[in-house]
Amino acid sequence: MCRQGSGSGRDLKRTTMKETSIERVVVRFCGDSGDGMQLTGNLFSNLSAILGDEISTFPDFPAEIRAPQGTLGGVSGFQVQLGSSHVYTPGDYADVLVAMNPAALKTNVQFVKPDGLIVVDSDSFKETDLKKALFVTDNPFTELGLPETMQILQIALTQLTKDSLADSGMDQKAIVRCKNMFALGVVCWLFERPIDKAIHFLCNKFAKKPDLLRANAKVITDGFNYAANLHLNINTFHIERSAELPHGMYTSIAGNKATAWGLIAAAEKAGRQLFLGSYPITPATDIMQELAARKDVGAMVVQCEDEISGVCTALGASFAGCLAVTSTSGPGLALKSEAIGLGTIAELPLVVVDVMRGGPSTGMPTKTEQTDLLQAIYGRNGESPLVVVAATSSADCFQTAYMAAKIALENATPVIMLSDTYLANGTSLWKLPKLADLPAIHPCYVPDNFEGKYNVACRDEESKVRYWAYAGQQGLEHRNIGLERDYNTGSISTNPANHQRMVDARREKIARIAHKIPQLQVEGDPTADTLLVGWGSTRGHLLSAVHELEQQGVKTALAHFTYISPLPANTADVLSRYKRIIVCELNTGQFASYLRSQIEGICVEQVNKVEGQPFSVGDIIKHVLA
Amino acid sequence: MVAQDFKSDQYVRFCPGCGDHAIAAALQKAMAEVGIPTHRTAVISGIGCSSRMPHYMNTYGFNTIHGRGAAIATGVKTSNPDLNVWLMTGDGDCLAIGGNHFIHCLRRNVDINIVLFNNRIYGLTKGQYSPTSPKGFVSKSSPFGTVERPFRPAELVMGARGTFFARALDADVNLTVGCMVAASNHKGAAVVECLTNCVIFNNGAHNWISDRQTRADHTILLEHGKPMIFGQNKDKGLVLDKNFNLQVVTIGENGVSEADILVHDAHCQDDTLHRKLALMEGPDMPTALGVIRDVEEETYDAAVANQIAEVRAKARIHNFDQLVESCEKWEM
Repeated sequence: MCRQGSGSGRDLKRTTMKETSIERVVVRFCGDSGDGMQLTGNLFSNLSAILGDEISTFPDFPAEIRAPQGTLGGVSGFQVQLGSSHVYTPGDYADVLVAMNPAALKTNVQFVKPDGLIVVDSDSFKETDLKKALFVTDNPFTELGLPETMQILQIALTQLTKDSLADSGMDQKAIVRCKNMFALGVVCWLFERPIDKAIHFLCNKFAKKPDLLRANAKVITDGFNYAANLHLNINTFHIERSAELPHGMYTSIAGNKATAWGLIAAAEKAGRQLFLGSYPITPATDIMQELAARKDVGAMVVQCEDEISGVCTALGASFAGCLAVTSTSGPGLALKSEAIGLGTIAELPLVVVDVMRGGPSTGMPTKTEQTDLLQAIYGRNGESPLVVVAATSSADCFQTAYMAAKIALENATPVIMLSDTYLANGTSLWKLPKLADLPAIHPCYVPDNFEGKYNVACRDEESKVRYWAYAGQQGLEHRNIGLERDYNTGSISTNPANHQRMVDARREKIARIAHKIPQLQVEGDPTADTLLVGWGSTRGHLLSAVHELEQQGVKTALAHFTYISPLPANTADVLSRYKRIIVCELNTGQFASYLRSQIEGICVEQVNKVEGQPFSVGDIIKHVLA
Repeated sequence: MVAQDFKSDQYVRFCPGCGDHAIAAALQKAMAEVGIPTHRTAVISGIGCSSRMPHYMNTYGFNTIHGRGAAIATGVKTSNPDLNVWLMTGDGDCLAIGGNHFIHCLRRNVDINIVLFNNRIYGLTKGQYSPTSPKGFVSKSSPFGTVERPFRPAELVMGARGTFFARALDADVNLTVGCMVAASNHKGAAVVECLTNCVIFNNGAHNWISDRQTRADHTILLEHGKPMIFGQNKDKGLVLDKNFNLQVVTIGENGVSEADILVHDAHCQDDTLHRKLALMEGPDMPTALGVIRDVEEETYDAAVANQIAEVRAKARIHNFDQLVESCEKWEM
């Protein structure tokens, strides 16, 4: 039975144990940023995925690396939804919350369902702990006004961990650091997760630290047995295995890693050296770190002196024949604007990955937003059209990065790929691809049968794509420039009619890409009158809303955009079929106004949120039903 | 190969009398002397009069944006070390808007050849003072004289741990060609500061040095392994006094013989004397020309390539399919 903490509120009633069988369940782990909640959450998610569940995760951590211990500012959270079907998001509200201290409880209780279960470490609920979290009474549960329907399970995690490792010879500090594994053991029992699989993951994690591995494995086992032996009188959860996913080998992948791997795949497919010029910036840094670690597949990374150098080294590498990439977040994209403009006039292949975060300015570096859209489409001087694509899930970052590289190399243009904090740090299931199955990439080299003297303006007249000759190729010496060039000779030109012609050619080249990208698809009820429209990372939430509305008997469909500039060729046709169009996005209406500018006479409603958090499915349903 | 091979078909648009004409010709000669073919030569630039240079070279060329040439050249060279990469830049492009890229390029020791045209003025924007304009300099943007302290490029280069520094003069093509060839042969970031004359906005800025009548007395050509002797009559030399300051002496006076004169060691790792030599200025001291510093260190581009090669030689994973195969995976 659960143990009472010092400031205990409610106790669990001794009732008959029952097992709830449900389709989906949401678990949220939270604690001090040093409590290891990200590791705990990741282990639990991967464990569930191995058992056949679909998963979607979302880490929610503070900008401070280590805020003062036990304070509200230092709380780090990790949420996962797992289930047998329709797991498109990490879930709006948690069925189970693990709170390692009062600060974590206070900041995260808002994310728990009214009939949810809260697991707390009663050893961390002493008077001083409560004070640090700014509780004024000795009963945090009453003070927070938790509904009666919520169950609270108080376990002396710290003491039990100390007992578990009493003979380990480790020092107290190191022992206490293992308490997250005790919590994980308890949660594994709640969800019927066999801990041998968890220990398998620990083996990989602590492969080089056998002492830590032994300790963590013992604590997780003791946690599991503690819960099992005491026959905790709480609901446990049984989840069926997913039957929806196509058969194959899967892993769980975070968006930034998927982005990096998409670029690796594209470089190999295209037969080009992968070059990344970048500067550390939250939440994009993992892309650089992942590629820096992948010298085995030949990735070349320059950690630059600043954001501008990041994009400029990449342009230099593109000039010299590489698949050139720079990765950044909103403030960095602003700094790179001028050089991206150089990429558009020089017509060089370039991939710019913008992992969006809360803005403006430094804003909220660890929070998620879709507020760089118009910056990506328009944020340069002069007429400088380029391609903008946006990933729709953590795993989709792979496909989107791959396609961004393909479009850049085949059309000699900068491509901005939008991701965001939510995708970058969150994970989803990814079906492992084979390079042979990915679409071919044919960079727009100067054709073998090219006649005459090559210059920087030579292009394919049909597609308007400039032929890409790179430094080192014999016989194709040429001068590229940031200045306007003559359409025929490639020399500097300020001729009025020529400038118009060049502006038109560059615009036309991008416009024609609309016919090379996949057509816009609609998901959901084909007979619906109401169409939800979204782009990028909100797909999971919008799709969940469509499914939930369907269960309530409300017909809706979803048109979700990966390709934003240019829009797929059938966009106007598709949208014209619906009476009511609701554009949902995590900004104040950027895509809605872009659509209005691109499709004459279109009338759309907007659902917008700028809180630094993903949508909740409930937000969207509420608007549709309003 | 001859200089003509490196000359493009573009009409040269520098002002009549501009020192840049001479530098363009010098660069073509230097490229011919170095002998790396046109398709393996890339000339990168930012913005400014100096940055027009790529247009006049029959090689790969990229005239980019203001101040970013060093960063772009870093990308070109690192990703394709087989290229001989030149960066053409000026005192504004390189030391003002592009200062950060410049010092980091030197710090990394990227194997590129940087020709820094120093005319101490902004020419293309029509006459504003630059980071190398002397204090008190009157220009369109400093009608009452600048109140700023100027940069001395050599100091910046050595402060950023530069491995090569030479000084040339637009009026002396042979000297300029020699410095450029030495820069190209140097493995690492090589800076040739070329003192140039802006005939329109800062005419005569370097007259003290370039005037043919007095050049021999006002400058000293440094050559590795040779005594530091200069002057119309080759009778002046440099020595270090007891306070470790450079001093001009006359051979044959006060018991000074040629054996007392310092011998130039451009390859000395310690840059103390190189700095002192590079910072000499009139009226008491001659301005140093030629290759002042030329030391060997591993280049960035080679280090990057070597590290990748070393990792690849030991790795179990060599391609994307193996990478995917290596991750924690399960069947569903």
